Amino acid sequence: MKKSKFLSAAAVAVAATIALAGCSAGSGAGDSGSDTAASCKASTGKVTLNFTSWVPNMDKVVALWNKENPDIQVKVSIVANGNSGTYKNFFNQLKAGNAPDIGQVEYDTLPAFRVQDGLANIASCSGVSDAKADFSDGLWNQVTFGEANSVYAIPQDSGPMALYYRKDLFDKAGLSVPTTWAEYAADAVKIKALGGNITNFAKGDVNQFAGLVSQAGGQWFSTDDGTWDVNLTSAESTKVADYWQDLISKKLVNTLPSFTDEWNNAYNTGQDWTWVSAVWGANTISSGAPKTSGKWAVAQMPQWTEGDKASAAWGGSSSVVFKGSKHPAEASKFLVWLNTSKEALTALNKEANLYPASSTGADLPALTSGVEFYGNQAIYKDFATAAENIQPFTWGPTMTQTYSDVSDGFGSAISGSGTLSDALSSGQTKTIAALKAQSIAVK
Amino acid sequence: MSVDAPLRPAETFDDKTTRAPKRGRGPRESVMSRSAAMLIMGVFTLYFLIPIFWLLVSSTKTLDNFNTSAALWFTPSSLQDGIANVGRLFTYDGGIFPRWMLNSIVYATVAGGLGTILSAMCGYALAKYRFWGREALFNIFLGGVLVPATALALPLFLIFSKVQLTDTFWAVFLPSIVSPFGVYLCRIYASSSVPDEIIEAARIDGSGEVRTFFTVAIRLMSPALVTVFLFQFVAIWNNFFLPLVMLRTQSLFPVTLGLYTWNSNVSQYPELRTLVLVGAFVSIIPLLIAFLSLQRFWRSGLGAGGLK
Repeated sequence: MKKSKFLSAAAVAVAATIALAGCSAGSGAGDSGSDTAASCKASTGKVTLNFTSWVPNMDKVVALWNKENPDIQVKVSIVANGNSGTYKNFFNQLKAGNAPDIGQVEYDTLPAFRVQDGLANIASCSGVSDAKADFSDGLWNQVTFGEANSVYAIPQDSGPMALYYRKDLFDKAGLSVPTTWAEYAADAVKIKALGGNITNFAKGDVNQFAGLVSQAGGQWFSTDDGTWDVNLTSAESTKVADYWQDLISKKLVNTLPSFTDEWNNAYNTGQDWTWVSAVWGANTISSGAPKTSGKWAVAQMPQWTEGDKASAAWGGSSSVVFKGSKHPAEASKFLVWLNTSKEALTALNKEANLYPASSTGADLPALTSGVEFYGNQAIYKDFATAAENIQPFTWGPTMTQTYSDVSDGFGSAISGSGTLSDALSSGQTKTIAALKAQSIAVK
Repeated sequence: MSVDAPLRPAETFDDKTTRAPKRGRGPRESVMSRSAAMLIMGVFTLYFLIPIFWLLVSSTKTLDNFNTSAALWFTPSSLQDGIANVGRLFTYDGGIFPRWMLNSIVYATVAGGLGTILSAMCGYALAKYRFWGREALFNIFLGGVLVPATALALPLFLIFSKVQLTDTFWAVFLPSIVSPFGVYLCRIYASSSVPDEIIEAARIDGSGEVRTFFTVAIRLMSPALVTVFLFQFVAIWNNFFLPLVMLRTQSLFPVTLGLYTWNSNVSQYPELRTLVLVGAFVSIIPLLIAFLSLQRFWRSGLGAGGLK
């Protein structure tokens, strides 16, 4: 009830934003792309930076920095997560000229801020180009958009995907872990015969689906000199959609909305056997399905071609410096510390359970030892392997809209009218319309 | 349950028909209509109370029990788990939750009280003084009743940005003291319950206009004021979108926004779920207190008005 109230409120806000944007068009929103790395001069004297994030306990991590850097003090605000209103607030604040210096932005929303020219280019700030070595190329590409001499964010956490599965049930049924999607589909039939579901396909998790498409080598968006190409219906994308449509049509998968009590319950009671999910899902299972402790294991994602090693990402955030910040040099210095130093990464992992994007974080003790809930498997090592195999993927500038349109179509497909491919083609049409409505060039 | 409900009462219906006529006290009304009314009220009482009961039960559970035990009944360890949950709620993150409660109470009582007085003055002036443009002004207020507060949040944000008041106490407080509906209600009530003769008499006795308002008119209007205050109090307590747009410093959040912040992180940090549930339960307690303690005035006021 609260949520629907919020959604209608948000709709009003969006309408108002569009109306306001109409009045102020031309005030710098369009002319992006031209600004190559501006000079990044250090300020003199004591500096206070505002930092808005939704990572719980971020204040404790920042306290470590503040203690050692009396001249660069960081003030943290912990707010609701991005899609729950904070992104809209960022856009409003950018328009009003009072955005915080630093903010948290997920990878899939970075392009939206980039096309609105909301991000400062910190490429020439000291330490930023050195930080490149800490991250995989795919991840670094997400924060540069492939533009020359540009860095718009520092990766914070990442969500490499793998296959969580109920080892005990697989063993009992005499099944081995599926290594290809063909085996996975064959196992689905056997598991159904035993009264279970191989997994749950939720209509709302379009970003998970995007991960599956990227694993198959597909791209939904590409950009060339500011002109966007939308391709939700590529061959790879359709292949993945048809695969899952087949499982849904044959009723081999559960279709509950994800992260709900009934969804937790399906895992807790052993009805659902696997979940293709990101590293942060480890926590979701262990708290949502406490009765299954010790019975889970993690394997690499099933592959389309036997012997491949492709993985994908679901979720993950970066830290950005917003346009208009008076202290980009100090802000970048803080962000490099926050996202690549051992001290900060250890604290982020301990206080907020973040899986660091930086390679420095991969050998933290907490990420190399066995996890009891997963039968003492050192699952984070498996996720580190997955992280190396993440396929590059480009996000579009209107992901919120794309997610919600595709999700509507997925909902229809699950209830039996239409298919997942239909959902993608209608998402394609609506995304192109949404880009045009924002005067973004589309091929 | 929804399937049983309409069937079961039909049986009780029958054996009441035989018993009820013997009571014969008070005005006669058909037993059928009385029990139908009782039935409908009963169903609605359940309909409204079950979610609150669920909230109460859920806030006495640990996260494990929440997922595994029956949704509408307590677990054997409910008492100590409930106490532990409340303890955790009040200490989590350096005791931010009591701060949010305090903020909500300050926003709702101070802004609600000030807003009520402003509404009363405004409504009284519109009802009792004749001046040019009075009807036009009143119509603008009526129009204001129709504009949802959420639609104004964003323009307000841009205005407050210009004067650098976003992310301050005033950003939520100032818009909260405005209530077009309160003005409307006060005007209607003032014109019907404050006789011109009394105001005339006060003037003849030498009382100034302000004094007349505060000593005479406001007392006659008090039932309407309680209603306006309650409406304002609840509206500010539940106001969520304005603080969401205006605030980013946690220590300024009202409790609704604070809980929403936690709730938006539940899928990645599931341990917050119990805190959200207990917090939601604790946050309705001040509303209950406000209603139960003020409804006496409210009812007697409405009754007195009805007799006149």
